[in-house]
Amino acid sequence: MLTSSLLLQVSALPAASTLGTANPVSIVMFFLFVAITLYITYWAAKKTKTGSEFYAAGRNISGFQNGLALAGDYMSAASFLGIAGMVATKGYDGLIYSIGFLVGWPLIMFLIAEPLRNLGKYTFADVVAYRLQQRPIRIVSSVGSLLTIAFYLIAQMVGAGGLIKTLFGLQYELAVVVVGCVMTAYVLFGGMLATTWVQIIKAVLLLSGATVLVLLSLATFNFSPANLFQAVAEKYGEAMLAPGGFITNPFDALSLGLALMLGTAGLPHILMRFYTVPDAKAARKSVFVATGFIGYFYILTFFIGFSAMVLVGKPVIEGIDKGGNMAALLLAEQAGGTAFLGFIAAVAFATILAVVAGLTLSGASSISHDLYVHVFQKGVSNEKGEMKVAKRATVALGVLSIVLGLVFKGQNVAFMVGLAFSIAASANFPALLMSIIWKKFTTQGAVWSIATGAFLSLVLIVLSPTVWVDILHHPEAIFPLKNPALVSMSAAFFVGIVVSLANPETAAAEKFESEKLRTYLGIGAE
Amino acid sequence: MHPPHKTARAVIESPEFKRLVSKRWSVSLLLTISILVIYIGFLLVVAFDKELLAVKIGSYLPWALPIGFGIIVSAWLLTGIYVYWANNTYDTEVQEIKNKMNAN
Repeated sequence: MLTSSLLLQVSALPAASTLGTANPVSIVMFFLFVAITLYITYWAAKKTKTGSEFYAAGRNISGFQNGLALAGDYMSAASFLGIAGMVATKGYDGLIYSIGFLVGWPLIMFLIAEPLRNLGKYTFADVVAYRLQQRPIRIVSSVGSLLTIAFYLIAQMVGAGGLIKTLFGLQYELAVVVVGCVMTAYVLFGGMLATTWVQIIKAVLLLSGATVLVLLSLATFNFSPANLFQAVAEKYGEAMLAPGGFITNPFDALSLGLALMLGTAGLPHILMRFYTVPDAKAARKSVFVATGFIGYFYILTFFIGFSAMVLVGKPVIEGIDKGGNMAALLLAEQAGGTAFLGFIAAVAFATILAVVAGLTLSGASSISHDLYVHVFQKGVSNEKGEMKVAKRATVALGVLSIVLGLVFKGQNVAFMVGLAFSIAASANFPALLMSIIWKKFTTQGAVWSIATGAFLSLVLIVLSPTVWVDILHHPEAIFPLKNPALVSMSAAFFVGIVVSLANPETAAAEKFESEKLRTYLGIGAE
Repeated sequence: MHPPHKTARAVIESPEFKRLVSKRWSVSLLLTISILVIYIGFLLVVAFDKELLAVKIGSYLPWALPIGFGIIVSAWLLTGIYVYWANNTYDTEVQEIKNKMNAN
């Protein structure tokens, strides 16, 4: 009975969706968001004079606020639209993906959140370089950071352009330029304080928008998830509710799982957030809050995906976009009308804007704090000069991201996200972890570990089926796994350990002992 | 920035500080292993024995759904356990050591 009424509804769907035409509600909503956030930037600009204010919001963000901001940094449009789309077209397999994205957070909590907060200042390289030789560590870790940021940024920009074209009927090029300019303004004028508030507002909008969407959809099923799942099973078969063909090779599964899980713990723009809170206690609270919100969000996306599958229908979703990326938006239109579609579309756009702002800020910090101060100025900090470089780097990254967005137009960007996570998991995470827990870790060990992780990630992903077969159209991949993390991350750990043991660094081992006081007691932490 | 060298040495070498550090890592590692076992275990079941997850609870709902949601909830609960432990046990001990340092 339920199914027949649903089928009726589906056939009553308007033949053409309003997607792709200029929707006044979404345009008004979006400009409202930009206006409010730019006002915050103006307010933040007045408070942003020193380095600590620019990079770390003066360390005045509360644990709960930072938790929301972390969730905002992490819940990209790709995970909102992409995972809902994956569930809508492939069923349960989409959930496996989102679980991988979530389980990295407990590891951040157990292994690195407190030491990071206690040892670092502005970037995660502060922690790695704490007892090692500054220059080599700063150079190589900023390469790791900037590579991660670049690939993540390209994926977001190209995604933004495509999304806005579909949503607003706006030109791709125009969309990329708008996103690039607005995010540069946030970072340039308001620094970390403005970026944090942009993330908080966006997180609240995204969470509440997704909640309303789920409630509106579940209303069709008498607010019973059981009815929803039954409808899925009746319409598309019971197989949709259980794992399907997504994971076939266990090594592939493990490799992807490790990249998602440990990549999170190596993302520079996430790690940077731990310096915005006053102490280790607030850092802990922020991870707890972030994990809760992100988990809740992924459960919502799962319901959105299945509701779209039943209410909108797979053929309609796949007809508009093969990857299913428009599923959440089609569902919004179906369940809440054009006005609600406009709201969700504006939220998705705002989401991209906020994520690229966070990425740009962490890239600029790495250039000004790690490269300029510690490499070119040999550690002599000149606040004024550093701020100048940070702002120039922000503008340069803004221009670069617009250019990259234009150059990579129309490219499949899924592999770039995979690559960003795999570089983060292989180049950044092992060195960070070893520097925190291993006394015998040396400068050379860190340099070689980061270089190995970054280089192997890059080379192996080109040789993997993701690029070698899907993009370069060779018949067979040279490297069998779709994601290289299993090999590149293990190699980074292995090389870091072997090089450190082969060439002990007495000074670093001695300093490790006094570093402990700061790691565990927070004494001397800024 | 650094505390006086002598006190620092004494604290690092004190049994209570060593106990604090090793307790911190026992808790961290126990929780880390828990989440790894949960997640990698789940992936391995997906890779090797999908049918196990397709087994139904009622007439149509497979175990895959509650297990998937359960992993998300367990990740959150494990972080909660850590925060609870750290805020109560760990922070108290840190404060005790700090008080002793100041008293010296």
